Amino acid sequence: MTGWQMLFYKEVMRFWRVVGQTVGGPILTAMLYLLIFGHALESHVKVYEQVSYTAFLVPGLAMMSLLQNAFANSSSSLIASKVMGNLVFLLLTPLSYLHWFVAYVGASVFRGLVVGLGVFAVSAFFAPISFVAPVWIAVFALMGATLMGALGLIAGLHSEKFEQLAAFQNFIVMPMTFLSGVFYSIHSLPPFWQTVSHFNPFFYMIDGFRYGFFGISDVSPWLSLGVVGSTMLVVSALALTLLRTGYHIRY
Amino acid sequence: MLALDQVSLDIEEGEFFGLLGPNGAGKTTMITILAGLAKATSGRVSVLGSDVQVDFAQARRKLGVVPQELVFDPFFNVREALRFQSGYFGVRHNDAWIDELLDSLGLTDKANANMRMLSGGMKRRVLVGLALVHKPPVIVLDEPTAGVDVELRQTLWAFIAKLNKQGSTVLLTTHYLEEAEALCGRIAMLKTGRVVALDSTSALLKAASGNVLRFKIDGDLPVALLPGARVTGRVVQFPAQDALAVERYLAAVREAGLVAHDIEIRRADLEDVFLDVMNRHASPAVQKVAP
Repeated sequence: MTGWQMLFYKEVMRFWRVVGQTVGGPILTAMLYLLIFGHALESHVKVYEQVSYTAFLVPGLAMMSLLQNAFANSSSSLIASKVMGNLVFLLLTPLSYLHWFVAYVGASVFRGLVVGLGVFAVSAFFAPISFVAPVWIAVFALMGATLMGALGLIAGLHSEKFEQLAAFQNFIVMPMTFLSGVFYSIHSLPPFWQTVSHFNPFFYMIDGFRYGFFGISDVSPWLSLGVVGSTMLVVSALALTLLRTGYHIRY
Repeated sequence: MLALDQVSLDIEEGEFFGLLGPNGAGKTTMITILAGLAKATSGRVSVLGSDVQVDFAQARRKLGVVPQELVFDPFFNVREALRFQSGYFGVRHNDAWIDELLDSLGLTDKANANMRMLSGGMKRRVLVGLALVHKPPVIVLDEPTAGVDVELRQTLWAFIAKLNKQGSTVLLTTHYLEEAEALCGRIAMLKTGRVVALDSTSALLKAASGNVLRFKIDGDLPVALLPGARVTGRVVQFPAQDALAVERYLAAVREAGLVAHDIEIRRADLEDVFLDVMNRHASPAVQKVAP
C-alpha cells in the first residue's frame, strides 16, 4: 500500500467504524421521506405519465443521500482532525496535495456510493424501478460524489470550528439539495422558481441521474452532464489550490 | 511580529543538540518551519541536504517530529495509529519495528487500547512512537518531557540516547535544563527570536562564573544583596568567584540579623549559565519596565 492508499483506507475505516451513524442513519432518514411523502402524495402528484410518484422519488432520494454523505465525509473528517489537532500527523508526512485530494475525495465517493446504494436497495421494495440507461446512472453518481467530496474538502479546510461547518451544511448543502427537484419536477414550479432552479447545479445532478432510470427528465442529460462536469472541475480545482497552498492548515 | 530573526545554525549529523530558551523565544516556531508546518517569510532550512519547502517529501522522510501538544486520533488504537503513520510514509511490512517501538516505550500491553483510554504519559509515548515509525535519521523532540513522570523520562531518554548512539541526529527543546546538560553535546540558546548563545555544553559550563554559593534563610534578604541573588522561596543563591565573595555575602546576611542554614558551594550548572545568558541579553522592553 502506498502513502495515499493508506490515507484512503484510514478515511474509509473512520466512517466504517461508526457505520450505523454514517450509513444506517442516512438510509433510515431517506426511508422516512419515502414513506411520508410517498404515502401522502402518491395519489395527488403525477410528475411523468408513466412513472408513479413513489418510483419518481426513489432515484432522487438515493442521489440526495449520496451527495449529502459524500460532503459529510471529507468535511467532518477534516474539521475533527483540525479541532483535535491530530491533522499534524498527516502534515508531517511526505504526502503531496494531490495525494490528500485523491484519498479524501476517494473516501467521500466511497461513502456516498455506499449510502446511495443502501437507500436505493431498501427503497426499491416500495416501487417498481427501471434502468433505462445505466451508464448515465453511474456517471452522475460518480461525478456528483466527487463534486461533493471536493466541496466537503473546501468546507473542512475553511472551517476552524464545528459551528462554521454546520452553517455550511445547513445554509448551503441542505437548501440546495432540497430545492433540486428531489420531491417534484421543476416544471410544476412558477416560472420565476423554474429559472432559479436552473442555476442550481444540484438540480442537474438529480435530473441527469433520474434520466438513467426512467429515460425522461426535465432537461437533456447532455446539458446536465455539461453543468455537473464543469462544476465538478471548478470545485476540484479550488480544493486542489487550497490544499497546495496549505490554506488554514499550514502557516 | 517577528518570531525568528537572523537565526543561522548547523546541526551536525549524529549530534545531540539542545535548543533552549524561555517561553515565546521561538523554539517551537523553528521546529514548525523545519517540519514544513509553517513557511518562513525568508531564509531557508534543509534537512540532510533536502530543502524543507522545495524538496519537502524527502525532507519529511528524514524527519521524525514529536509535537509538543498531546494530540491523538480517537477513532483508532495504538497499533492502528502506528500502522497508519507508517503507511503514510510508504513503509510496508513494518510490524517488527512497530513491536520494537511498543516494547522500548513500554506500550506493549496498550497496543490494542483506544487512544482515548490512555493517560497523558501514555499518549506522550505514542507520540514518540509515531515520530519514529519510519526510522527517521533526524529526530526532533519538542518538550517531550513536559508533565511526564520520572519513569517515562528515564525510559524515553535511554531509548533516544540509544538511537543517537546508533547514528540518529537529535534536536531537543526542553525547559528541564538538567536534562539538556546531561544529554546534549551542543546547545543553542534562543531569546526573542535570536540565537544568544551557541556552543558545546562543556564550553558553556566552563565559561560560567565558577561557583555558586547556596544557603537557606528564614526572613527577607537585605535589599542591598538582592541584585545578583537568585531567590527561590527560602533558598538563596549567589555566583561566587572566590572565598572573599563567599565571606562577604555571609557577613552581610549575619549583619542583617539572619542565620544562613544548609550552606553549600557547588559548581555552576546549565541553569546558572542559562539565567546568566538571558540576563545579559535582557530585551529593551523588559529593561524599560524595571525600576
